[in-house]
Amino acid sequence: MASRWANLLCTALAAMLIPASAVLAAAASQPAASQPAVSGGGASAPIKVGAIFAITGPSANLGLPESRTAEMLVETINAAGGVNGRPIQLLMKDSGGDAAKAQALASQFIDEEHVLAIIGPSTSGETMRIKNLCQENKTLLLSCAAAETIVNPLASYVFKVPPRDADAVRLIYMTMKDHGISRIGIISSSDGYGGAGKGQLEKIAGESGMTVAISEVYDKGETDLTGVLTKVKGANVQAVVNWSALPSQSQVAKNMKQIGLDVPLYQSMGFGNVKYVQAAGESANGTLFPCGRLLVAEILPKDHPQKAVLMAYKTEYESRYKDNVSTFGGHAYDALLILTEAIKKAGGADPEKVREAIENIKGHAGTAGIFNFSDKDHCGLTIDGFEMLTVRDGKIAILAQPAAMKAMTPASAPATMKSMAPAAAPAAKAK
Amino acid sequence: MIQFGLSGITHGSVYAIVAIGFNIIYNTTGIINFAQGEFVILGAMIAITLAGVLPLPAAIALAVAATMLLGGLLELVFIRPVRHAPVLRLIVITIGLSILMREGMLHVWDEKVRALPVFTGTDTSTVTIAGAHISTQALWVLGACGVIVAALTLFFRRTTTGRAMRACADDRMAARLCGIPERWMVTLSFVLSAGIGALAGCVISPITQTQYDMGSSLAIKGFTVAVLGGLGNSMAAVAAGLLLGLLEVFTISQLPVAYEEAVSIVVLLLVLVCRPTGLFARPAAGAARAA
Repeated sequence: MASRWANLLCTALAAMLIPASAVLAAAASQPAASQPAVSGGGASAPIKVGAIFAITGPSANLGLPESRTAEMLVETINAAGGVNGRPIQLLMKDSGGDAAKAQALASQFIDEEHVLAIIGPSTSGETMRIKNLCQENKTLLLSCAAAETIVNPLASYVFKVPPRDADAVRLIYMTMKDHGISRIGIISSSDGYGGAGKGQLEKIAGESGMTVAISEVYDKGETDLTGVLTKVKGANVQAVVNWSALPSQSQVAKNMKQIGLDVPLYQSMGFGNVKYVQAAGESANGTLFPCGRLLVAEILPKDHPQKAVLMAYKTEYESRYKDNVSTFGGHAYDALLILTEAIKKAGGADPEKVREAIENIKGHAGTAGIFNFSDKDHCGLTIDGFEMLTVRDGKIAILAQPAAMKAMTPASAPATMKSMAPAAAPAAKAK
Repeated sequence: MIQFGLSGITHGSVYAIVAIGFNIIYNTTGIINFAQGEFVILGAMIAITLAGVLPLPAAIALAVAATMLLGGLLELVFIRPVRHAPVLRLIVITIGLSILMREGMLHVWDEKVRALPVFTGTDTSTVTIAGAHISTQALWVLGACGVIVAALTLFFRRTTTGRAMRACADDRMAARLCGIPERWMVTLSFVLSAGIGALAGCVISPITQTQYDMGSSLAIKGFTVAVLGGLGNSMAAVAAGLLLGLLEVFTISQLPVAYEEAVSIVVLLLVLVCRPTGLFARPAAGAARAA
């Protein structure tokens, strides 16, 4: 009989593992969130904010720093007396990067917890799944994902804090122009992020005078890209653009060197993670990518408007978690700070008033750039949130701004690149 | 064209070395061990950690030993108590083990992507053959495949223990009647395949990099290759691995890259329908085993 019991035990254990692991991961990252749950009313009742991040799974490199940042920032805010005297109650859940799960979690936050706002999700696919849900239920959504479609078409309750992929693409093309490149090969990962980037790259290529000689999509689990790169090599390109937010970003650099594809490699802002640079080793040198300024906070000039906020976040995060900051954690930082600032301005947690307050935020220095929201622009960032970065001797450095960028006024860089007043943004050059 | 071929060999060698691990446990127990991919990643993870303080060969040797120990323990704790259960239930248990190990690794090593340094030369050093390049690490993987297959063939054909393990697979009752301690043979098969998995993980780590959740995708490819070659036959697994790698790469040279995965699945389906015993197996042997 003993073996019978062992039988049952093992089978049950195996069956329980799947949900159990997810619950454990979620529980581990959930701060003590058991204050008396009163929502809405009360002068000192906590303000409930939901957070959905891909803390585990293939997008964990996005969700983990986001969850840590949110946890850290909420603690700091509450220790300082909360917002308008009310503490923030952060309800954080792990979606594992799964859009269906993100949707279930969002419904739970809206129907059961009656949260004021949801921060996240980490990826574009998840965000698009809950965009309408949040809009219909008048729950604010501050997404940490990049895709343009999140805020275009506009939904009045949906905002996003990462910069636009379209602007990243424009900056890449401007830089290429300066380097005399016009014939490019595009490779992108088979996920929401890669798909959105590929779309923008192909759409904007024409107006920027770029010829896309070849555009290939590779599996997001791919571990060796020499095959697809050999095909790209055969197309005689002057540069390669890789659009993904996955570990394959380090592979591309290595594989290109291995097969002797000696053209410049451009990557998306997904490369904005020191770990990828380290993983690619010496082959990362020379890689070019548009990115927010968090990674280069230390070498920014002192008078840069973002310097203070970047250094504050970087120092606090790195001393607390003994880990490098990444731009993704910065998105959670921006989302929460924008939300709390709007609550302060609105004088309470009325969703409609907070929504209007966010639209009226101007000149807010965040980690991803200077935010200027309006009732038409729910991203609030322009192309000058980006800096063209490169890797030199294993370290991230700032590339001089492309000529077309310098010709624009820093505050209102228009999407089309007609040259405006030549009052140039100070191009931060790295040694 | 040659560059595509070499790239295919790089892909294929990775599939092949993962596939070999499947065969040993299958050979002794008839179980497909779906935690094999996790053994691969675990071995690499331990080696990466140890490589910080030890020279590379010592780190790898220790990692292989540690993974073997764990493989044996897992068998004792999770498989042995239910050894009389139908094979299907044992397979489901290995799926459970793979999830358990994956989540365990997430907690120990977090979500970061790591890699061992290449064994010789630098990250980008390559060998040039007729104007095409192959990374030196791919040659290491091929070499490791060769050594493992040769060692296994010797072990299973020439040593008493190896023969005893094969006997267990053929007919466990008869093996027991001959005085073979069949329970320990099963444990030994887990130890061996954990070790081979760990070694595979170390050798491929510089090429594929290592992340806690890469095991399942590696295992699926490895499983495909093992079936393709004919389950239980290590040499056939290597041949099938290289074949699949070449096939995939030549597909993407002609079709959009997105079809790459489709090809390997179609090939697997075709083989299962037309030659369920694998490409390189004699049908009779497979039939006998199935019966």
